[in-house]
Amino acid sequence: MIGVGRWRVARVLIETQYAYMLEYRAEIALWALSGVLPLIMLGVWSGTGAATAAGMSPSQLGHYFLAAFVVRQFTVVWMIHVFEEDVLQGKLSPYLLQPLLPLWRYLTAHIAEQATRVPFVALMVGVLALVAPSILWMPTPAGLLLGLLAIGAAFLLRFLLQTLTAMACFWTERAAALERLLMIPYLFLSGLVAPLETFPPAMRRLAMATPFPWMVDFPARLLAGEPVPIGNGFLAIGLWGLLLLPPTAWLWRRGLRRYGAMGA
Amino acid sequence: MGSHGRLGRYARSLGRFWATSLQAELEYPVNFWIEALSVLGNLAGSLFVLTLLFGGETQSGVARLGGWSWNQALVVLGFYTLLDGLTSCLLQPNLSRIVGHVQNGTLDFVLLKPVDSQFWLSTRMLSPWGLPGIAAGLCLVTWAARSAGAGVQPGAVLLAAGLLLASALILYSLWFVLASLSIWFVKVWNATEVLRYALVAGRYPVSAYPPALRLLFTFVLPVAFLTTVPAQAILGNGERLWALGALAMAAGCLALSRRFWHFSLRHYTSASS
Repeated sequence: MIGVGRWRVARVLIETQYAYMLEYRAEIALWALSGVLPLIMLGVWSGTGAATAAGMSPSQLGHYFLAAFVVRQFTVVWMIHVFEEDVLQGKLSPYLLQPLLPLWRYLTAHIAEQATRVPFVALMVGVLALVAPSILWMPTPAGLLLGLLAIGAAFLLRFLLQTLTAMACFWTERAAALERLLMIPYLFLSGLVAPLETFPPAMRRLAMATPFPWMVDFPARLLAGEPVPIGNGFLAIGLWGLLLLPPTAWLWRRGLRRYGAMGA
Repeated sequence: MGSHGRLGRYARSLGRFWATSLQAELEYPVNFWIEALSVLGNLAGSLFVLTLLFGGETQSGVARLGGWSWNQALVVLGFYTLLDGLTSCLLQPNLSRIVGHVQNGTLDFVLLKPVDSQFWLSTRMLSPWGLPGIAAGLCLVTWAARSAGAGVQPGAVLLAAGLLLASALILYSLWFVLASLSIWFVKVWNATEVLRYALVAGRYPVSAYPPALRLLFTFVLPVAFLTTVPAQAILGNGERLWALGALAMAAGCLALSRRFWHFSLRHYTSASS
């Protein structure tokens, strides 16, 4: 019975959040536009010989960056900005009264936002296909399915990482600044602005030792039909998740005690 | 009240605005280190990607990015870093707040004040945390322009400074227009983020892009005027046409932002209605 109840809570949460996000669809369209970075980088990369020198053909390059664009669209996490406001203004308090961990609310809000994004992303890919038809490719059904799974896993890992940083909101008023710092390695090491193939070997090893390439490079290459160690990728995401979960849970409990102490 | 008195009043207000917001910001001294670290990190990352784009041949002097040598491309990156610092100092702290005013209904109070509302909304806050970016950008521009072998002429520097002012005005107008959209779309705090990501294109000389994107970055989203044109000027390759174009673009964007603000105010229905 408990299982059924949970399903209903999840469904209602997602439905209400989806309705809420639909209200803001104009904004989400703008936001989807802000994810054009991989496509801009495709423009720069295709004008240089550097990618060819690293063994990527122009069509591979195009597929890679288009896949990275799609991956980025569905792994955007903005939880810390909302959470910061909720903690600072005490909006978290009513959520705490409900018999539901408030983090689920943020998670479902993200999933609902991604659902709202689908038509805009499809539109952008469609426009791109009109301008440069050669950039599209037909992924195999298995590749597509695994790619989507990898996007989901990458999103969860990113969400977890940001939740961990968001816990700083309980101790400081400027926790979003921490997120800005964390964005830097994410931007440069994840494969969003440069394919990992073009990295010097030492730099590539360094990048692979961080969680960031699994958030963009791995799902993007899976989608683009490049050869990737599929098992290793999912395993790495799972292991990073297991590593980040305990400190997040611990900080959440400690933070809540502190939040309560602030008179909320 | 002559025009002099009015100007003086605005100057005095500006002094008070910035003194109070500096005091408030200095409550968070740790932020300085975070910002400095973030500027350095971003710069290191951009340099890394630039070396990748040059295929690792940064010193040979043969490799080119859209016809720009390594040192010349660094000048562009320097201007980008400088403008990014300026954004953190003035644009982001002010213009990202407009949404909040619309959401909470406090825009009414702003409109009732005896100052121009665009002036108040654009200059109320000043954050010192963009200074590391501005300093790093200036250093990079100076150093890279020297290494690029441009005998830096006073005329070229003056022209570059003028064009930098033009690019700052263009940047401001873009931000302001996007922020005014919040009159219609109430939750646009991240609409300005769109701009931040699109402007990343300014890290590279505009000639590095394919022709279609070059057109887009010149006429629709004037990234070319933000970094490439001032860089050309300081390197001594400033073309009169581009310089004039930048000034015209700045004037046009500024006028557009002004008109757009008045247009959006006509659609503002205030908090209580």
